[in-house]
This record gives sequence, structure tokens and C-alpha cells, in this order.
Amino acid sequence: MKNCEYQQIDPRALSVAPLSAQSHAEEKARRPRRKWEVFPGKNRFFCDGRLILARQSGVLPLTLGLIVVTCGLFFAFDCPFLVEHLTVFIPVIGGVLVVFVVTSLLRTSFTDPGILPRATADEAADIERQIDTSGSSTYRPPPRTKEILINQQVVKLKYCFTCKMFRPPRTSHCSLCDNCVECFDHHCPWVGNCVGKRNYRFFYSFIISLSFLTSFIFGCVITHITLRSQAGKSIVQAIQESPASVVELVICFFSIWSILGLSGFHTYLVASNLTTNEDIKGSWSSKRGAEDSGNPYSHNNIIINCCVTLCGPMPPSLIDRRGFVPPDEAVPAAPASEMELPPFTAKSDANMCHQSTKDVLERMLNSSDFHGLCPAGTPKTTPLVQEGPASAPAEPPAGCSRPHERGAAARLCRPLSKHSRRDSLHSINPAFRLASPSPSLSRSALILGDAPNMGFVPLR
Amino acid sequence: MAETHSLQDLQQPAVSSKVFVQRDYSSGTLCKFQTKFPSDLESRLDKQQFEETIQTLNNLYAEAEKLCGKSYLEGFLACMTAYTIFLCMETHYEKVLKKIARYIKDQNEKIYAPRGLLLTDPIERGLRVVEITIFEDRSIGSGR
Repeated sequence: MKNCEYQQIDPRALSVAPLSAQSHAEEKARRPRRKWEVFPGKNRFFCDGRLILARQSGVLPLTLGLIVVTCGLFFAFDCPFLVEHLTVFIPVIGGVLVVFVVTSLLRTSFTDPGILPRATADEAADIERQIDTSGSSTYRPPPRTKEILINQQVVKLKYCFTCKMFRPPRTSHCSLCDNCVECFDHHCPWVGNCVGKRNYRFFYSFIISLSFLTSFIFGCVITHITLRSQAGKSIVQAIQESPASVVELVICFFSIWSILGLSGFHTYLVASNLTTNEDIKGSWSSKRGAEDSGNPYSHNNIIINCCVTLCGPMPPSLIDRRGFVPPDEAVPAAPASEMELPPFTAKSDANMCHQSTKDVLERMLNSSDFHGLCPAGTPKTTPLVQEGPASAPAEPPAGCSRPHERGAAARLCRPLSKHSRRDSLHSINPAFRLASPSPSLSRSALILGDAPNMGFVPLR
Repeated sequence: MAETHSLQDLQQPAVSSKVFVQRDYSSGTLCKFQTKFPSDLESRLDKQQFEETIQTLNNLYAEAEKLCGKSYLEGFLACMTAYTIFLCMETHYEKVLKKIARYIKDQNEKIYAPRGLLLTDPIERGLRVVEITIFEDRSIGSGR
């Protein structure tokens, strides 16, 4: 390594900063953010990005409330009587159905329906270049469409002005959530989320199990009242003895029509591989007379259509909710740009290492578990440790901006080195560190290979 | 393996342009990319190599979305467990996505990086495009 001109970071300059409150605030503002925190759509996230819900949660609390109340009343007032007079399986079956209903409902509500991430700036520019725009830029140009052939059928792809891309087939933009959703079915206020490609099977399972549950409870309550009135009492007397049953009857009676209707409708949609959106718009109905089905996505076999929709492979979420936002947000479309290396290296190290520098310096003094902070960093950190406090900032905290314990560090470190341990090695050495925990960057790190590691180990 | 690099060299490559390989929807909503060779890459890459890369990617995505007995079983089992099984098990699709990530990494190392190109995993672009970044042509010296 003869002509190293890499920038050396003066640890002394860094160690001064943490003492001022200003840099603390700056450091807080610069902590690595997860992508869900900067998500452009109208969604709410829970559990650090693991759960997603539409911003307008609609009547989800009402749905849950109704289910819980009805089932609670059922188990409290009807089950004891029915267990005594009929069989113990009644609450068992009821319990299983309730579990299915609630689990499916929660899965539908909190699963990403198949949101398409918006196009990056470069992509949008590329698409713009391909489209002839003739018209002034002061008003919105007419809708752009692109025609393609799918299974010998002409399908028009529309351009989405919000997401800046041509929507794939069957994708629609939900105005409530402000997202393009794949295989968009509808936005359901009862579950508080869109129903699309990824959560349609949960939605279907929810309405089917709910149909069974409401029918089951309805039947059981009728049986209960009938049995009571058979023992020499009138129906009115029976009702007076068990008023909760009436509440359940009313709820079930009114919901059963809509739920059963919806189940039937969606069973038809599943069997013909259609979405509610397509059915309502009549996208393929004009061809119905001419062919078996004008729908180019249908397999023309009910069983196959059902299997594909309900038991097909589960597509992954395309919005990387828990990934970290590349620190250089000015160029979000080019995380792999190596040109960002030098300016970034000094800046973000300074910012990310502030808090941890002090901790690291403290730990240096009792360096017994130092190497444990970032397990992948072991081979590189040890020699640096021995060189003295000055070399400390080179340490694991790159990207782990607030670890105070080993566990926290390990937890934080993991998402950063999500592709390989080796990549986190690159990120550890600040003189060399590539921009972000973004996986594409970790790949570009590999272009530069193992060699730089060898060359850069001695920081001084 | 004593190859070293100066940071000077590393600072060199600048992004010259990006090429986007769009999706091919002729077979429906399955994930498939167009194999048409972009003209911008003519000076850097063989048409055949490009087509081979894209075709392999298409095959891998087809494998991920394949409707076979195994995927049906997975789906059926998931349904029976009220979909709670997905909380502890990695789906077949996710396994293939990891395979794809490894393949792209491999292609970048062997073919694209030496030519000053970088393939971006389509999953980072929402499976909409395969983004190929073209770097300015300097001798990066990243030979192995």
C-alpha cells in the first residue's frame, strides 16, 4: 500500500464534540432511520415497522368489538346451558372459530397488502424520457397509458402520477392509503386496510370463518332458547331468563346476511380469478359471451384458480419497512454510488460515532467484552484496540449509534450487516466505510474486495 | 492476495448513467424481465451475457412463484394454522429471493464489476426494474 491517500479521522476532534448538547441533538437527528419512518404513503406502523395499517383505520375497532362482545356473551351465557344439555364440543368449536376469525382479521389488517414502492428519481426520469410529452408543463398532461399483450389480450397500463411509474397489470392506486397496491381488490373499512395481493387470502379466510362463526352462534342461540322454552315455559319467559341471547341474535341476524353475501361473492371472485375492482369495472365482462373467460389471468379451471389465489406462494413485501434509510438522502436512488464515499465517510462517522466514541473510550479501559460489541468486527477491532484510545472511533459503533450494552449492539448491528458478516467489517472501518447498511452497498463493497481490509487495518 | 487499493482509486468511479430493464408482462403478472439488450450497454457488455443474466433471473423468479405440490402444501398448511406458521417459517419465495441475491452478487463480482457496471437486486426496486448502474470508464484496477 504505497500511495494511500485516504482520509484519516482525527479521533481527538471527534471526542470533543460529544460533550456539547448541540452535537447530541445533531446526533439524535442523524441516527439511522428505518424506511417506515419516511414512508410516503398514508399508513401507520407499529412494532418498529413490523405491522402496517392504513392511516384511516376505519371501523376496525368496531369490528373487533362486535366480535369480542358477541363471542363473550355466547361463552358466558349460552355455553353453560348448552354444555349441560347437549355436548361439551360446542364451546370447543366456538373457540376454534373465534381464534380463526380473530387471527385472520388481525393478519388482514396488519399485513402489507402488496404496496408497490414509489419509483426512484432515476427511474421516473428514465420513464419520462421514454414518453413523448407534448404540452405545456403548467397543467397535468393527459393520462398516459401503455398497451401490452397478456395472453393475447390487450391490456392498458396506466401511468400513476403519484408513484411515477406505469402500474403493473391488476395494480390500482388506493386514494385512501395513497399507495399503488398489487392485485388491488378493495379498501375495506371493516379491517382498516387495503385488500390486495398479499393479504387477500387472509381476508377470504376471515370472511369465511366469520360466516361459520355467525351461523354457528345463531344456531346455538336458537337452540338454547328453544330448549329453554320446551321445558314448559313460553318463549318470552325463556328470553327473560337469558337476555344476552337476544343481543347475540340481533347482532348475528343482521350481520349474517351481509357476511354470507360477501363470502359468496368472494368465492365467485376466487373461482374466476378476478378482483372486486375488475368485477365492478367490468374489465373482462364484455368478452364473456365470446369466450370461456375474457380474463387473461384466469386458468380457466375453478380448482386451479382457487388454489392459486388461496394456496399459492406468498409474495414478499416490496416495501422494505425495517430497512435503514441510506444516510445520504439527497441521492436516494443511487445507494451504490461510490462517489459518495469520501464526503460521507467523514460526515457520518462523525455523527454516528459521537455518542459511542465516549462509550468506546470508557470500554477501552475495561476491554474485556469490547470485542463482543459487534461480533463480526472481532478480527479487525482487536489490533486497533491495542493501538490505544486514539484508534477507538474506528470501532463497531459505525451504524450502531447507541449501543450501551453488548445485546443492544448486537441487535442493532444485525440489520446493518444483513447480508454478510464480511460487509459489516467494511462498515466498521470508518476510513473505508461504505455509505450505508443498504444491501446494494454491501455488494459494492465486495467489488473493492477483501484487499482494502488488508490495506486499511492500521489506521495510522 | 496482497492486492491493495488507494482510496484515491476508490473515489474515482462516478455514476455515468443508469439503465432500467423493465418488466415483461406478456405472461401475466409473473415476475419476468425483458431480455431486450439496452443500447447503452453495447460498449460494455456482451449481448449474450446480458441475456443469460436476465434469463437466469427470470427462471429463478419463476421458481419462486411456481405452482407445484410443495407450494400448495405450504399454503394449505398455513391456512390450517390460521397463517400463524408464517411467523416462524421462512416461505419458499423468501428462500428463492436469497438465492437470487447471491446470484446477483456473484454476477456483479465476476462479470459486471470488472466492466464498471453494477446490477441492483430488483427487490430493492419493488420488483419493477433491474437497474444497471454504469460507472465512468476509468481503470478501477479491481482485478482479482
